[in-house]
Amino acid sequence: MVISIASGKGGTGKTTVAANMAWAASTVEPVTFLDCDVEEPDSHFYLKPEWSGEEDVCVPVPVVDSSRCDGCGKCAEFCRYNALAAIKGDVLVFQELCHGCGGCSLVCPLKCISYEDKRIGIVRNGSRRGVRLHQGLLDIGEPIAVPVIKQVKEKRAGDGLTLIDCPPGTGCPMVNSITGSDYCMLVTEPSPFGRHDLDLAHRAALELRIPHGVVISRSSGNDAIIDDYCADEGLKVLGRIPFSRDIAEACSRGEMLAEIDSAWSLRFSRILEEVRKECLLSLLS
Amino acid sequence: MPAQLTILSGKGGTGKTTVAASFFTLAQGAVAADCDVDAPNLHLLLEPTLLEREPFQAAMVAGIDPDTCTQCGLCEESCKFGAIRDFEVDPFSCEGCGVCELVCPEGAARLVPETTGEVFVSETRFGPLAHALLRPGGEATGKLVTRVKEVASRLAGERGLELLLVDGSPGIGCPVIASVAGSDLILAVTEPTLSGLWGLERIHGVARHFGVKLAVCINKGDINPEIAEQVRRYCSESGLEMLGVVPFDEEVNKATMNGEVLVELYDGPAANALKSLWKATMALLESTKAKT
Repeated sequence: MVISIASGKGGTGKTTVAANMAWAASTVEPVTFLDCDVEEPDSHFYLKPEWSGEEDVCVPVPVVDSSRCDGCGKCAEFCRYNALAAIKGDVLVFQELCHGCGGCSLVCPLKCISYEDKRIGIVRNGSRRGVRLHQGLLDIGEPIAVPVIKQVKEKRAGDGLTLIDCPPGTGCPMVNSITGSDYCMLVTEPSPFGRHDLDLAHRAALELRIPHGVVISRSSGNDAIIDDYCADEGLKVLGRIPFSRDIAEACSRGEMLAEIDSAWSLRFSRILEEVRKECLLSLLS
Repeated sequence: MPAQLTILSGKGGTGKTTVAASFFTLAQGAVAADCDVDAPNLHLLLEPTLLEREPFQAAMVAGIDPDTCTQCGLCEESCKFGAIRDFEVDPFSCEGCGVCELVCPEGAARLVPETTGEVFVSETRFGPLAHALLRPGGEATGKLVTRVKEVASRLAGERGLELLLVDGSPGIGCPVIASVAGSDLILAVTEPTLSGLWGLERIHGVARHFGVKLAVCINKGDINPEIAEQVRRYCSESGLEMLGVVPFDEEVNKATMNGEVLVELYDGPAANALKSLWKATMALLESTKAKT
């Protein structure tokens, strides 16, 4: 089963929920944790894995053979991302803007454009106890996160539970991260910001036809702002994590509540059970 | 050109919008641009009145006309994004490159402009606000951010405002890079957590990469004094100015819950810290502008 954990708003507790669930579940089944928040991955602070290796994420970028190029500019004209510019008979390549579509070499009448691999990030692999962690890390200055996310997602295992820790927002990185999951958990907080961005994330999940439910973090005991929204939209509230300074401090040090307290471990297992039930229901409907 | 102050964080949820809204209030003569276009929140605190809206159409998406398509499969073979399956385009995977249109012998595959979001201009009690909303998974986030900033600069010009206040998005990718462009100063809002510090290091890397000055403030500074100290050490070792520490304060939560701007209605420790932070930030922005 593949469960993604997303949020819309940043900093609501996605990684906290994902890491704790992974830890709690790993007592009964193998867990693969895919950290797709490749711009700011922080799952390693919680899971504290032993790293076993890393691999580059490369994208093909065009190289123009200047000895043969006559500067006709057809490549630059074709490129929708402004990754090529023809200036005074010369073609300049702006590699970080290239999406790797291959169009420039197709239109080049002299066939003088080839491709070379350019690194834009890495995937690190590690594990601890029953949790295998694969974490994407976008290089500084690189704008396009999606190829790194896709390479992390290739690490999905055939067995056990796969959890995908997603980037915030509702743009391409988030959509590419949740695509293909059986269920998406949307972590929010009881505030106007949390509600607003939950609405956006809910709409994204609906468009992708991924069954989804809500976890309320920093719950104050009165979560009406989210509860009412969920009731109106027919969204299941899967669980709540109360607000307390103790929890905030534990998280600041990268401690997992499920690791230090068996009651918390049980609590996260219950949230996972709710998710499994919801998954089953969505398959039946 | 107005001076551009950009508020970023790397890690999400550290308090960028809380800082931005308070700064907008204190500035009394700024234009604000909410550049967190796929999860915008600034307008929630400002009771905006909508003045203008425009569709955002910078991206293209492919479509295949089933009547002229002969199912030769060349498009599917050529698409590097795996966006074409069974002679249909998946709009979420399509990046609008135009290769399918190029290779289609029948002219059945065509690119059409795609509306991926909307740009808004609103009036608020503190000044004009440029903002936007991206459609889920919409392409060209960076271009949408650039458009929001263009609209904000135009508003600044029309009204003679000298400060452009940019509320950025989390992360380090294209929307962040687009907000960094043209900044005179970046204020990084971090928090004393391991992820907060790492987020700061990564956003500092982006600022260095693009040659923009970055200064730091710590939000909820007393949650973990030990890591707050590590943040301070990182700043002094990297030559970054620490402009302020905002303490954990229940009033911040209360203001956010009520959709209020902290410095406008409250006078507690966090509100006061934000006022000092504002002064320190303006002083640094002025001296940075004077040097350039």
